[in-house]
Amino acid sequence: MRVSSHSRNLVPQAISNSADPEKPSEGSVELEHVSCRFGSFRAIEDLSLTIRAGEFFSILGPSGCGKTTILRMISGFIDPSAGTIRIGGEDVRGKRANQRPTSLIFQNLALFPLMRVWENVAFGLEMRRVPRSIRRKRAEELLTLVDLVGAEDKMVSQLSGGQRQRVAIARALAVEPSVMLLDEPLSALDLKLRQHMRAELRSIQKRTGVTFIYITHDQSEALAMSDRVAVMNKGRMLQVAPPHEIYHNPSSGFVAKFVGETNVIEGKLVRIADGFGTVESPLGQHRARVSHNVQGESVALYVRPEHVDVSRQRQGDNAIEARLQDVSFEGSFALVKAVTAHGHVFLVATDNNDLQRLPSNTENVYLHFDEQQAFLLQSDREQCIT
Amino acid sequence: MFRHSQIKIGHLYLALFLLYLLLPLGVMGGASLNDSRFPTVYPWMGLTDKWFIALWNDSRMWGALRNSVVVAIGVVLLAVPTGTAAAFVISSMSGTARTILYGALIAPVLAPGAVIGISTLLFWAKLSVPPGLHLSVLGQVSYIASLVMLLVLARLRSLDASLEEAAIDLGASHAQVLRYIVFPHLAPALTASAAVAFFQSMENFNITLFTRGTSSSDTLTVYVFSMVRGGVTPSINALALIIVSVTLLVTTTFALLRQSSKRP
Amino acid sequence: MLIILPNIALIESSFRPYLPLNEIDGPRDSYTLANYQRFLSTPVGFDIFGMSIDVPIHLRIFITTVLYSIFVTAIILIIGYPAAYYMTKTISPSNMAIFFIVLTVPMWVSEILRSFAWFTILSFKGPLNALLIEIGVINSEVRWIRGYYGIIIGLVYTYMLFMVFPLYSSMQSLDKNQIEAAQDLGASWWRTHWRVIVPHCKPGIVSGCVMVFMLSAGSLLVPSLLGSPNSLWFTQTIQQLMLEALDWNTGAAYSLLFLSLCTFVVVAMMWAFKVKLSDITN
Ligand SMILES: Nc1ncnc2c1ncn2[C@@H]1O[C@H](COP(=O)(O)OP(=O)(O)O)[C@@H](O)[C@H]1O
Ligand SMILES: [Mg+2]
Repeated sequence: MRVSSHSRNLVPQAISNSADPEKPSEGSVELEHVSCRFGSFRAIEDLSLTIRAGEFFSILGPSGCGKTTILRMISGFIDPSAGTIRIGGEDVRGKRANQRPTSLIFQNLALFPLMRVWENVAFGLEMRRVPRSIRRKRAEELLTLVDLVGAEDKMVSQLSGGQRQRVAIARALAVEPSVMLLDEPLSALDLKLRQHMRAELRSIQKRTGVTFIYITHDQSEALAMSDRVAVMNKGRMLQVAPPHEIYHNPSSGFVAKFVGETNVIEGKLVRIADGFGTVESPLGQHRARVSHNVQGESVALYVRPEHVDVSRQRQGDNAIEARLQDVSFEGSFALVKAVTAHGHVFLVATDNNDLQRLPSNTENVYLHFDEQQAFLLQSDREQCIT
Repeated sequence: MFRHSQIKIGHLYLALFLLYLLLPLGVMGGASLNDSRFPTVYPWMGLTDKWFIALWNDSRMWGALRNSVVVAIGVVLLAVPTGTAAAFVISSMSGTARTILYGALIAPVLAPGAVIGISTLLFWAKLSVPPGLHLSVLGQVSYIASLVMLLVLARLRSLDASLEEAAIDLGASHAQVLRYIVFPHLAPALTASAAVAFFQSMENFNITLFTRGTSSSDTLTVYVFSMVRGGVTPSINALALIIVSVTLLVTTTFALLRQSSKRP
Repeated sequence: MLIILPNIALIESSFRPYLPLNEIDGPRDSYTLANYQRFLSTPVGFDIFGMSIDVPIHLRIFITTVLYSIFVTAIILIIGYPAAYYMTKTISPSNMAIFFIVLTVPMWVSEILRSFAWFTILSFKGPLNALLIEIGVINSEVRWIRGYYGIIIGLVYTYMLFMVFPLYSSMQSLDKNQIEAAQDLGASWWRTHWRVIVPHCKPGIVSGCVMVFMLSAGSLLVPSLLGSPNSLWFTQTIQQLMLEALDWNTGAAYSLLFLSLCTFVVVAMMWAFKVKLSDITN
């Protein structure tokens, strides 16, 4: 059981069931070949996805790629043009938003400004005709859960951004959903608060055991909070995997570039052996891991800045000659920009302590990377054609 | 956010609503083209223009039309300057004085037309001024000027104060500020309020009925009213059709002009 | 600002002589009110007595007018609310402009034509009767303009848009997510409206109701055109006194009565509305 003793009395029956072996999938969500069109515009194309009960699942993608559309289909505000959606194993076709076991937290929170905080939290219970005194008690309990004791009788307009966030979470939890759907709920907060709320959300999810489907366009948020991350673009799902897998072993160039900084070398695949491939490019020949299928000759080699080293001497095969140009201080580390004779730009992340030991920008240096930490993928250009 | 079924219900409701709003006007206008003794469209007896000819030959109608236009022009000439001045005064004030004055100036808009008409009539009768179209003008001005004030006030509010200050900073005199900054800014509101004043005056009934005096000084609205009361012929429908067409034409061109000026 | 203020004062003073003349500005109210008082106090004492004899009839007309105006306001609210709601929810912004033009046509066409349209439709030899006979719903012409039916039909049609516009503008300012949030939390269609949309639109509803009530109660055209001999509107009583009986004093007294009713309604509604306002800001 994920449920801690602290919040046991808050845990709805339905959620405790999620740990029950008899009914293992109360909070699971399955999308099967789901498409969604607005007129002729295809917002979601043939998307299949399985989200396990009790999981913190993030959907990551650039603005306008269809993330909100997916959430709205799950919560019942729009019907998919094709495909099936199952919640807890049950097909929810034809069920309205107010009949589904989901709670949506809106991008702008959508708190009711004319109601007090506790009335907001208890709104769902009011709709279920729970008596007022019980509603009030439940609202107080939930406000305790989200660390907002004493705000019951305030108006929403009197709260700060972070507090409103908590009210929205409490309001969504009040109806004891099996699935919580969160649409970029932190995007309006400032950086510090955002980081704090990340941890808070994660801990609330752990305590309640509710499935969280969390939408964001911020990769660090997705990587930090989630059990699994789905990366999507232009209405299609690109990769679904745990965060480290997404980061270290992306399935496509788009995922590699979207999830953190990366260096790219475009070139021709000359050979593959033992899971490693060799790329030939104007920068020379370089070797990298091949873990996803590569078709055709045109490939790209990706290596993250923190996996690139700088030295004055050439060491080993995976080396590139360049000159250092710029250093940008990023706090715990520094990003160094290096440019090759061809004008190709590389980013190198270094420890701040090493900054003094860096060569000056007048001498040639060598950039190295380990073939284990670089990966080969089909070139994005090739992909566009197929 | 809406499911298709709900959108369909919505569109159906709105279609019925529009039909409800427009069909009566269509029936009324259509009746003038029907070759029937009564104003009706249903037993359709064939197209006729005889009601238009009857209308054309009705000299009382022409007199009433002339009166209406004269009154409307008078109202525009008086209501636009006074309403604008009132807006300036209001916008220069603040606090309770403003609230009170604002309430007093807004009152005529809400007050029933009949009451305004009667109070105008009585007030001028005290000063031994006989009723007539001139009183109609004054009575109408009292509430139409308030409408003008509302329109101008809304526009004045959007005038950036720093713009005036910048102009003065650049050496403009007050007159120049008015001439080059304030009035150009107000121009759309002034045009709109002149149009509103004209239309409101043309269609005014309550105030005019009480203040116009003898029946020789009909306005178009009062004339239509008395025609309807004293035995209907479809020539009133002919007049109605003409008025509906003219307003339709004016409003659509106005709306189209505004749209095209908004675009760039 | 110091330079602009005298400027405004200049404009103001240049227009001041106009104001009493047109009896338009603040001074007007005191002027006319004094008139009313004179009418009520000195020569009118007699008339007030006369009025008290007539009270049964006129009081009845007065009360009927108020009640039917409330009824009309309610009908308009019931028809207009869904219209405003569906306008905000199902019409895309690009279509809204054209929809608005079509919608405002009856508004630009004058009040008299709006009532005359129904006069045409409902008349004894009119299209409605002819159509119904043809279909076989009725055997002979029905007198539609009977009792207060004609007046109610006419008032509802004539003043419909005065409700729809304030409702529409207040609904438009409601965040759509609020509605969805309510539904997501399990609210039915009806409860979403009652708990979320109506509270938000209260100012619009109040101002629409005030407008429609005032216009209906103060209407003279509609009752005169669509009324029957046994339906009297209070404004018609006033009109008869003023223009037919030429009894200006009683007419004035009645107008004053009527005006105070209207003022009372507005003040009452505004008061109720302000209470809600303070609730919001609390
Ligand atoms: N109701 C709608 N009608 C037409 N297009 C829509 C509608 N809702 C969303 N879209 C389009 O679908 C795409 C995906 O939108 P959305 O799911 O909101 O993206 P995201 O949340 O990932 O930023 C966008 O291009 C958007 O313009
Ligand atoms: Mg979105």
